[in-house]
Amino acid sequence: MSERTPNGDSPPLRERAAAASARAAEHGPVIELDGVEKSYPYFRLQDVRMRLAPGEVMGFIGPNGAGKSTTIRILMGFVRPDRGEVRVLGHPIPAAQAAAKRHIGYVSEEMRLFGQATLEWHMRFVASSYPGWDAGYAKMLLRRFDLRPEQTARRLSHGQHVKAMLLLALARRPRLLVLDEPMTGLDPVARHEVLSELMDIVTDEGRSILFSSHHTQDVEQISDRITFIDRGRVIESSDKETFLERWRRLHLELPAGGALPVHPGVIDVRGGGRLSIVTTNAFTPELGAAYERAGARVREIQHMTLEEIFVAEVMASRKESLA
Amino acid sequence: MNSELVISQADGRPMYLQLIEQIRRRIAAGDWPAGYELPSIRVLAADVRVSVITVKRAYLELEREGVIVTRQGKGSFVADGEDLGRRLQQRELEQHLAAAAELAYTLGLDVETLEARLRETHEHIAKRRA
Repeated sequence: MSERTPNGDSPPLRERAAAASARAAEHGPVIELDGVEKSYPYFRLQDVRMRLAPGEVMGFIGPNGAGKSTTIRILMGFVRPDRGEVRVLGHPIPAAQAAAKRHIGYVSEEMRLFGQATLEWHMRFVASSYPGWDAGYAKMLLRRFDLRPEQTARRLSHGQHVKAMLLLALARRPRLLVLDEPMTGLDPVARHEVLSELMDIVTDEGRSILFSSHHTQDVEQISDRITFIDRGRVIESSDKETFLERWRRLHLELPAGGALPVHPGVIDVRGGGRLSIVTTNAFTPELGAAYERAGARVREIQHMTLEEIFVAEVMASRKESLA
Repeated sequence: MNSELVISQADGRPMYLQLIEQIRRRIAAGDWPAGYELPSIRVLAADVRVSVITVKRAYLELEREGVIVTRQGKGSFVADGEDLGRRLQQRELEQHLAAAAELAYTLGLDVETLEARLRETHEHIAKRRA
């Protein structure tokens, strides 16, 4: 396509600059958090950083009270951080939150629909406020989520309520979905429906999802990136494959009277006698070779699930802080 | 597309390895012949409900092995190699033999015993298939 105007001139600089910044907003990071801090009397969020690119799904995990919801509230502009920078879809937050929120679909556990109104009323209400509302998609979601539009909100079960909230957010076709614990309390079938829908959304490379969850299996399954927070600090924020790849359990057999050599990155050792099980978060094939050189036999090297890593990581960091 | 691949949560291996193995098997079995176009990364991800990065990793690994080729902007295809299906089956055989030899070593079996056991098993299967 030619960018020239009918009389053959290039478009004015101002227009080109605007087009460039629109492109940057579309291809630049969707979420950027740097050095974010927030103090409460009994809780402190420290140096929180994360990046999410277009087309990516980020799973945000951490124990209860670790700071997941606080972080999400900060990036939604509901809470002003004491320090640090927050940009969402290229807009500084909280200053330009209104512009950002036009393209964000947000669902949290605490949100409630109007009890006496029907789902259909809610759909019309959201449609009237967001020009991007896709009525055809909304209809399809009603079917997929097995929801009835004439039902009043107060008659919805917990699972139906969650799915209704998701429907209202999804049918706006936002560029970013921010979901705070969307799977909590859903039965396996409903979770399956929701996961499928989320994965369908990111077949579009321009759409992104951030979701926090306790359900590590869901996070492991659909996330491209994982951010792990514990007691107000981000322990890890990296791509999922790299993250999982670094963790391994090694089953070792030691020669009689042999001692296990100490290696950096080993965060847990189980068993005594001749059989030891070593957990590491810095695995390379070299580690196995090093144990073999020290006289141990490596009987098995196991991958770990995100759930196992989650527990090992939190336990290790607690042990450290007690020491 | 209705998925032909399935991720098992009871399988101890990482998801990208499960994908690699199932794709290799499709090719080895001849279901996906040379030149067959694989689903795009995002379509397969949505279909199997695994992350895009996991499918990407599986495809990269298969490319490195020469099992598939990716043409920029065109998609990924099963490689043209002579007898790719057979080669993949040979590879699987090698892996199983290595695992058997490893176990025999742990059990302290000598190579003659292992040979005899393999012959027995082979005869058993030949009889069943006849």
